[in-house]
Amino acid sequence: MNGYRKTWAAVLCGTMLGGFASTSAQAEDITLCWAAWDPANALVELSKDFTAETGIGMKFEFVPWPNFADRMLNELNSGGKLCDLLIGDSQWIGGGAENGHYVKLNDFFEAEGISMDDFAPATVYAYSTWPKGTPNYWALPAMGDANAWFYRKDWFSKPEIQEAFKAEYGRDLAPPQTQRELMEIAKFFQGREIDGQTRYGINIFTERGSEGITMGATGALYAWGFKYENTPGKYDMEGAVNSPEAVEALEFYKELYKCCTAPGYTDSYMQESLDSFKSGQVAMAMNWFAFFPGLYKDEQVGGDKIGFFVNPKQNVEASTLGGQGISVISYSEKKDEALKYIKWFAQPAVQAKWWSLGGYSAHNSVLNDPGFKDSQPFAADFLKAMGAVQDFWQEPAYAELLLAMQKRLHDYIVADQGTAQEALDKLIEDWTETFEDEGKL
Amino acid sequence: MSQTQISQRAADRLARSTPPGIARKVRGLSDKAIAWLFIAPTIVLLLAINVFPLIWTVYLSFTDYRANRLNRAVEWVGLRNYERVLTDADIWHNMLVTAHFLFWTMFFQVLIGFALAWLINKNFRGHGVWTTIILLPMMLSPAVVGNFWTFLYQPQIGLFNYVISFFTGADPSSFQMIGSVNLAPWAIVIVDTWMWTPYTMLICLAGLRSIPDYIYEAAEVDRAGPFRTFWSITLPMVMPFLMLAVLFRSIENFKMFDLVVELTSGGPGSVTELASINLKREAFEKWRTGLSSAFAIILFVTVFGAANIYVKALNTVKSR
Repeated sequence: MNGYRKTWAAVLCGTMLGGFASTSAQAEDITLCWAAWDPANALVELSKDFTAETGIGMKFEFVPWPNFADRMLNELNSGGKLCDLLIGDSQWIGGGAENGHYVKLNDFFEAEGISMDDFAPATVYAYSTWPKGTPNYWALPAMGDANAWFYRKDWFSKPEIQEAFKAEYGRDLAPPQTQRELMEIAKFFQGREIDGQTRYGINIFTERGSEGITMGATGALYAWGFKYENTPGKYDMEGAVNSPEAVEALEFYKELYKCCTAPGYTDSYMQESLDSFKSGQVAMAMNWFAFFPGLYKDEQVGGDKIGFFVNPKQNVEASTLGGQGISVISYSEKKDEALKYIKWFAQPAVQAKWWSLGGYSAHNSVLNDPGFKDSQPFAADFLKAMGAVQDFWQEPAYAELLLAMQKRLHDYIVADQGTAQEALDKLIEDWTETFEDEGKL
Repeated sequence: MSQTQISQRAADRLARSTPPGIARKVRGLSDKAIAWLFIAPTIVLLLAINVFPLIWTVYLSFTDYRANRLNRAVEWVGLRNYERVLTDADIWHNMLVTAHFLFWTMFFQVLIGFALAWLINKNFRGHGVWTTIILLPMMLSPAVVGNFWTFLYQPQIGLFNYVISFFTGADPSSFQMIGSVNLAPWAIVIVDTWMWTPYTMLICLAGLRSIPDYIYEAAEVDRAGPFRTFWSITLPMVMPFLMLAVLFRSIENFKMFDLVVELTSGGPGSVTELASINLKREAFEKWRTGLSSAFAIILFVTVFGAANIYVKALNTVKSR
């Protein structure tokens, strides 16, 4: 072999060895996909411990909420290998299980001694099981969450505001106990001058494109006792979805939107809710518990200036469920490493740290800790909310069902088309068509 | 040694090194065969990425296929998807919204585009700078324009509302351009007009500059007034260009998606939900692939048919 050839052979060997070395280093990295929001930053921090313990590197793919479902469901449907782990929305569990996107975790849990009894029952039911309520687990509860409210405590405590409210409504101004009280307070603040500026009553979800208006309006619907079916699992929606209570709740939500929101919030979801509150426009706003640690730390409106309350009841105590479970993607080539992450994440000590960093643990050891309720100003409300959560359909056709509801609700609430009764009747027609296509009706 | 001799020697060397079998085959090819050899890759590519998907879409439109359920058996449903699309009141609503958007954007873009071209064609001082400034919106990404205008339309801080308020005296926060059922369809027309009028202007300008000066000179000799000159010379001679601009923009706006999604997401309710937005929702959010294929075919046939009729009209105008 002449010198020239030897040199090339050496370069080639070096390149190949380098390639193998780099492949073997990458094999130890796993990618976790989630939405881009405050808790995701906490998870990055938390996961450093996992890397330190196991030597497995963590990569993260965080997608902004408005595009999260689109992006991730496309990834799953195309059998993509981007994510090894996915913290997917609770409603995806049916599709994830039936379409073969998620790895079933029962054997793994059994082998590793992970018990679902260690997690809050509502979260196990919502984030892990499919078919619903059966002991078939497709995810580990990762992030408990529900829709709740926050308000300007400093405005509420102003003597002149207190006085004016009492004169108008004959009771003290305090966080509302019912949905009707919520509206009264919102009406009271609407257009009121406080500190030389015009303020507005409330920010509620009205977003059209993804899930916003559905997640907001169900807060009222559930509080009025809304049910998706008369008999669970039978898809008999007539009389449940369009019950008189549901109609009343929807009319209430529309009135709340019309009477008491700031101008321009016709397409408002999580970010707009935070913006309207942080900029001092509104007295109250709805959002997911996940944002509350960040809000409490906010220099402008946090600390003593902010208060929190659970979704007020009307006929029943109920909150809209948020939150997610963590699943292993069946298309991943690093399932073992991904399962190691789940095993590590399920440990009580890790769950305790998760809560301390701003994540919402669903582990009983954290939630039942005597000091939990006082650990954050919103912790007690979180516990209360998680005791009465309701979720949207978790069917494989969830996206189709959700889009229909988005359209019917937005048409009625924001675009002023038709009545609440018509909106809900049409919604039943849409959902019936979907379930017929699915062969379930 | 001359350049020609070097090239000849290189060619001889190449010819000698070509294996006899291949050389014989190449020598035996006709000009037509060589031409086919050259265009074959393009044709294969075209078939693979244009024709095959079209045929496949037609096939899917007769099935209940869902791209997110790969394990599910696919059933032949005949014309059911077409029937569902054509009898769906919501889809007809989308078509009406699209027609409103199309008509008014074309109307304003032609009107303003032509007027701007007319002014720029006067070659006043600084017309080059103005041309560049006018062209700027067209160079921006639709996503950026959509986001940008949502801020301009914001009732509390948006510049647009303040400008309207300045001229009308109305309270800026008393109206919502993208939140109002009545104003939202106009809000998207305004933004599209702002963005794409420069395009129409450019084409009109090309038309205006293609009119020979001697025609105007002849009109002047005949003592034709400015209105007569415009009506009998300028407009007819620019008309083919204008029609071309309308054709291009109509096709683009018929499939408009990004700008409107960024601005309104199809809302409030469904008042700005164009056909393309609903099509995307059906295809990639609801995953009704079969039904959305039928929807896409119907839209395609509509555009294709309308464009053909229009092109025939354009040819008639040009031949005058």
